[in-house]
Amino acid sequence: MKRLNGYLKAGLLLTGFLTLLIVVGYFWTPYDPSAMMAGPKLSGPTLHNLMGTDNFGRDIFSRVLKGAGTTFAIAAAVVAIGAVCGTVIGALTGYFGGVVDEVLMRFNDALTAFPSILLALVIISVLGPGNKYNVVLALGIVFIPSFARVTRTAFAALRDVNYVKSARLMGAGSGRILVVHILPNTIQVLLPAITIGFNNAVLAEASMSYLGIGVTPPDASLGYMLSEAQSMFTAAPWYAVCTGATIILLVFGVGLIGEGLQRRGREVD
Amino acid sequence: MKKKLMAFLLLASLLCAALTGCGGSSTEKTPEGGQTQTGSTDAVANDITVGIAQDLDDSLDPHLAVAAGTKEVMFNVFEGLMKPTSTGDLTPAVAESYTVSEDRLTYTFTLREGVKFHNGDEVTAEDVVYSISRCADTTDGTPLVEAFSVIQSVEAVDARTVAITISEPSNEFISYMTTAILPAGYDQQDTAPVGTGPFKFVSRAAQDNIVLEKFDEYWGTPAYLDKVTFKIMENADSLVMSLQSGAIDLCSHLTSTQVAQLGGDFYVAEGTMNLVQALYLNNAEKPFDDVRVRQALCYAVDKQGIIDLAFDGYGSPIGSSMYPAFGKYFDESLTNYYTKDVEKAKSLLTDAGYPNGFEMTITVPSNYQPHIDTAQVLVEQLKEIGVTAKIELVEWGTWVSDVYAGRQFQSTVVGVDASNMTARALLERFTSDYAKNFINYNSADYDALFQQALTTYDDAGQTAIYKAMEKNLTENAANVYIQDLADLVAVRQGLEGVTFYPIYVLDLSTVRYAE
Repeated sequence: MKRLNGYLKAGLLLTGFLTLLIVVGYFWTPYDPSAMMAGPKLSGPTLHNLMGTDNFGRDIFSRVLKGAGTTFAIAAAVVAIGAVCGTVIGALTGYFGGVVDEVLMRFNDALTAFPSILLALVIISVLGPGNKYNVVLALGIVFIPSFARVTRTAFAALRDVNYVKSARLMGAGSGRILVVHILPNTIQVLLPAITIGFNNAVLAEASMSYLGIGVTPPDASLGYMLSEAQSMFTAAPWYAVCTGATIILLVFGVGLIGEGLQRRGREVD
Repeated sequence: MKKKLMAFLLLASLLCAALTGCGGSSTEKTPEGGQTQTGSTDAVANDITVGIAQDLDDSLDPHLAVAAGTKEVMFNVFEGLMKPTSTGDLTPAVAESYTVSEDRLTYTFTLREGVKFHNGDEVTAEDVVYSISRCADTTDGTPLVEAFSVIQSVEAVDARTVAITISEPSNEFISYMTTAILPAGYDQQDTAPVGTGPFKFVSRAAQDNIVLEKFDEYWGTPAYLDKVTFKIMENADSLVMSLQSGAIDLCSHLTSTQVAQLGGDFYVAEGTMNLVQALYLNNAEKPFDDVRVRQALCYAVDKQGIIDLAFDGYGSPIGSSMYPAFGKYFDESLTNYYTKDVEKAKSLLTDAGYPNGFEMTITVPSNYQPHIDTAQVLVEQLKEIGVTAKIELVEWGTWVSDVYAGRQFQSTVVGVDASNMTARALLERFTSDYAKNFINYNSADYDALFQQALTTYDDAGQTAIYKAMEKNLTENAANVYIQDLADLVAVRQGLEGVTFYPIYVLDLSTVRYAE
């Protein structure tokens, strides 16, 4: 393992801590996150309710744990869809070029022309709202173009390097060259793209739920909680602050990892 | 390196700020509300901005509008021959007086002199005949106003007298004379409505606002305000901020949480919403086609618990499709017909073949926070009897088309109002062949009782039958009845005269700045 720079260390530490909390939250929370009257309504943070309670007397800490899990899972699934489909498209267009490249990349450009949230809203209204999986699918589709663009550049750059040429001379098929020879060498650009994509996905999920299209109540998700918190911001500021801070930390931690990976890549070069 | 870190932190907080801002941004661009804040001392700005929850996108034509929110606003624009009062009675409006023939079949209305439409024309008998006939027209199958199917003829006796003949005597016919009177032959009611009310319609910007202005030639007590702007606030979250920022001066239907945050610039007027809030069950859909399942849900739900938990104790529990403001028709004994009894609910479910409960979907219009909150508590309460309920939020437009008109739903939490101040307006909708019987309620006894009510002309006898119909709904657990919501109205200090009606309207003609 190559040495870890400061960004990577801090990022891994922060993300690791949050992941641990999420995993713990999956199996155990201090209170049932949807149990009403677990404490007095809209009470501030106390020892019993670390982050206070919401307007139904639900424990906000328990809901943040569950909500962060939901948001994390959706973001991970979205990035998985985006990265896999994007890489396939990027590899094909970057390596083969020609008409396929032109057609797919122009289509890609058309997709990027729409604001991503708007595009996701359109897709959701087609698929039908109020379903987590549709949100994942919609956001996943929206995330494909950026991954396709990044990997296409990498594949195009590596298409004519010497080791690819020699593999071709030795009779390797296109599939083998793409998967065995080029793909491993694109990791350097792919990993940071994934971390950045993950952060965007967290924020996108939060925005969707915030707009009331993503996760439906009483399920918790950070975005939906933030939107609930907004209506009682003056009465219960800790609700919005705790939820918002969790989103910031999640994004910040993964962002640090991404930055660290990019720096390490440059150092290796 | 440090710079980069700082930049990243900044970016992260910016992203979050953008996230929290996107719902509220629409409210910040109306700083003109500052004028009205000082309205009590400033004689020029005699206008207010009223927040409403949804756009008037069904139809501005009063004969075609279906949404309670639309009728609530357009009450200020339209009037019928008769007009409801805040105490639940009827008072002559476009008509000056009326007489009923001895056989109770002919109503003769004398029109008030000098009543003008907003376009300046005087109301003539011809306009009245046109308006009534339009609603009674049966060429499309059912008339626009169902109760008008009894009308046999509408005639203009002279320029100021209209005689309406009905096929059978009816106690309630007169209360349907609140149907709006429109200018004859005018075909743009949908976009530029013209009526006779204290306010005239000025403009509507879809999904943004509706502007009404005082009608100077109104026949009755003129409105105090010169101009009222209804601002559509589809996002319930931004309402409080809009109120605090001064963009909105008056807003009905607030939640207790919202009210608690208003601060000193506002006072709260409390009335009742006059809605039958219930978990409406599609009686034709499995598993709610089984009366035992519906009863089980009734036993699972603790009405007072919902009111305490989600509404800070504001609200009146109800047990059937009737609310307390209706006085004589309201049967209080039905309120506690079902009291929370988890064991009984479970055994009913077992009898019905669902010993382990079932899964259900509650469709809720996403712009009504009170209904969303109620649904959330319901989900918790239903868990106790093993029923897993899932909430599905839909846009108001989707709710109207899919749930109300299309009947494509399993259950929904919503409030149903009375379009007219009659028991019939609330109860007829559950007769099996009624066009707006969106829960597909089907009870031969109920239909028979309704037919009986229609042909009973003494008031006491009819009231008894209506009460029997309410009881039928309760016993068969047509829906899980919850409450009549409290209507909490935030009113800017200095404004006064907010009047509550037993129907779902917001009368702005009495609202004024205190001297």
